[in-house]
Amino acid sequence: MSLVLRDLTVEAAGRALVDRLHIEVDAGRIVGLVGPNGSGKSTALRCVYRALKPTSGAVLLDGADLTSLKLRDSARSIAALTQESHTELDFTVEEVVALGRAPHARGNQPLTARERALCEQAMDRLDVTHLAERSVLTLSGGERQRVLVARALVQEPRVLVLDEPTNHLDIRHQVELLSFLRGSGLTVLTALHDLNLAAAACDSIAVLSSGSLVAAGSPAEVLNPELIRKVFGVDATVVHHPRTGTPQLVYDLAPTGAPAPADALSEGPHS
Amino acid sequence: MPEWPYRCELPRVRRDFMTEATTRAASPPETDPHQPTAGKAGRGRLVITLTVLSVTLVISVLAGIALGPTVVPPGDVIRFLTAALTGGSIGADEVSGYSIVWHVRTPRVLLAAVVGAGLAVVGVAVQALVRNALADPFVLGISSGASVGATAVVVFGVFAGLGVYALSAAAFLGALGATVLVYLAARGPLGLTPLRLVLTGVALAYGFQALMSVLVFLSPNGQAARTVLFWLLGSLGSASWESLPLAAGAVLVTVVVLLRQSRSLDVLSLGDETAASLGVDAEALRRGLFLLTAAVTGLIVAVSGAIGFVGLVLPHVVRILVGSTHRRVLAVAPLAGACFLVWVDLVARTAFAPEELPLGVITALIGVPVFIVLMRRRGYLFGGR
Repeated sequence: MSLVLRDLTVEAAGRALVDRLHIEVDAGRIVGLVGPNGSGKSTALRCVYRALKPTSGAVLLDGADLTSLKLRDSARSIAALTQESHTELDFTVEEVVALGRAPHARGNQPLTARERALCEQAMDRLDVTHLAERSVLTLSGGERQRVLVARALVQEPRVLVLDEPTNHLDIRHQVELLSFLRGSGLTVLTALHDLNLAAAACDSIAVLSSGSLVAAGSPAEVLNPELIRKVFGVDATVVHHPRTGTPQLVYDLAPTGAPAPADALSEGPHS
Repeated sequence: MPEWPYRCELPRVRRDFMTEATTRAASPPETDPHQPTAGKAGRGRLVITLTVLSVTLVISVLAGIALGPTVVPPGDVIRFLTAALTGGSIGADEVSGYSIVWHVRTPRVLLAAVVGAGLAVVGVAVQALVRNALADPFVLGISSGASVGATAVVVFGVFAGLGVYALSAAAFLGALGATVLVYLAARGPLGLTPLRLVLTGVALAYGFQALMSVLVFLSPNGQAARTVLFWLLGSLGSASWESLPLAAGAVLVTVVVLLRQSRSLDVLSLGDETAASLGVDAEALRRGLFLLTAAVTGLIVAVSGAIGFVGLVLPHVVRILVGSTHRRVLAVAPLAGACFLVWVDLVARTAFAPEELPLGVITALIGVPVFIVLMRRRGYLFGGR
């Protein structure tokens, strides 16, 4: 299922948070949204999982404007991992995961055997089965994040929208989550802070700055020192993963320092 | 690169991400995938809880009818009730007992059950609505509005033409007025957000209370303050068969409507953004919930005054017993609330007979210690740590 953000604009208090953003995510591809804080990544994603209505422009799901679909119907195709992870009630992990079936279930009917199997499987995938009966309020940030991903999978989406999915995760679970996304076959649009993980995990990267798209393309096309300096205001050197060839960034700590010569690091152990 | 942990492969899988078989390098402590889940155990416990509570409610209602300043033997209670319901006959010397059972106690006990059920259920709904564990049916300022209406009746004899219904009518109108005010004041560019609702409700409640105090202060009659106070703390002394159907109907409709929305209520408690991603329009749901709970609170307060504590604490007690899922909480809460208030009312009219204690005093005296014991024993979290 393909996802297109067509000239998406969101204005609040007269200011454009997202300005005529155009991003296309082909079916089964992973597109990473990167950019500094406040560049509009979350705002754009909110329009996709419909927590926000765009001021103009549209989000198209297989060509159909999302606003023409019922909230419930689009939730059957698009699952989201939002920044919001707090809950007031002490649901068990299992109960939270089961809520992923909400857009599919009718009224208050209990889940079918197939749906319960789906929940067990998703919990297993995300390594949270042992937490099934724990209260979500007692989980660590990383555990909670994995529970929420499991809930998104239980939704049986064809498009997955993730807002900083690696937040709070330790490095093992970051790598596992992104490897999982790669093998999932889902259409994925994800905001990521870590440019190196984005380069490794995404088919293409869209760079946002002040609400506008400033670059888009494969990691190799997009991640270059000039762009990084322009958008993020830091100096970085691009090196290549010795095994996969993926571009990776090595940062200079002093923001005003001259960039290190590229050949000095390209064979180094930093990748 | 570490491989995705994977333990068992289940039949009937749809997508490649569900079938991709990898094995875990280091074997962690295995969890038996076939062990009973909390869901199944919870269902068993739910059925038991519902059965026990239903039986308890029937016994409580019969006890409530039998006991009082004049004790009517249980056999007589059942005989009188049967006679009243089927048109049977009773002895001439039993007329006063029959009258106590059928005209005085039965409507009162049933109203206690209805009000208790209603307050507990509305408490659950309001806590979901404003996403706050400290909310109760009165946090939205509705009961304070009702109090202003009731005070106007007590102090100035407004609506004197309505006779015994003047108080109820004025209380309901006050609740309605408060609902409209809170709704209009809380509505913002983002709709009814939980925090705005609570803050508006609390602020307006202070306003209504001030208004009420002024009314009492200006009262030409010194008894007014006492009457108002008694009404505020809740009483079922004015219960009659006439006051029952409307309140009972409203509570029943509320329970049914909320049960049908139980999954959406669960989703709502995850936050508005998550709710949107799960296909629930939080704003619309909250608006509906606000109007529903305001109307029922108004009807309940009109017949019973402002009985505190039940709506705040019973939802928590029920969650401690059966978990937080609204489908279970909403099934159990009305029964628990009904049982609780039937006994509270019984204590209210027998403890210092012929004087009656206000219900709010007893709900707090019984409820608080029970609640603290339950809370400490189960390590209940109240949505926080």
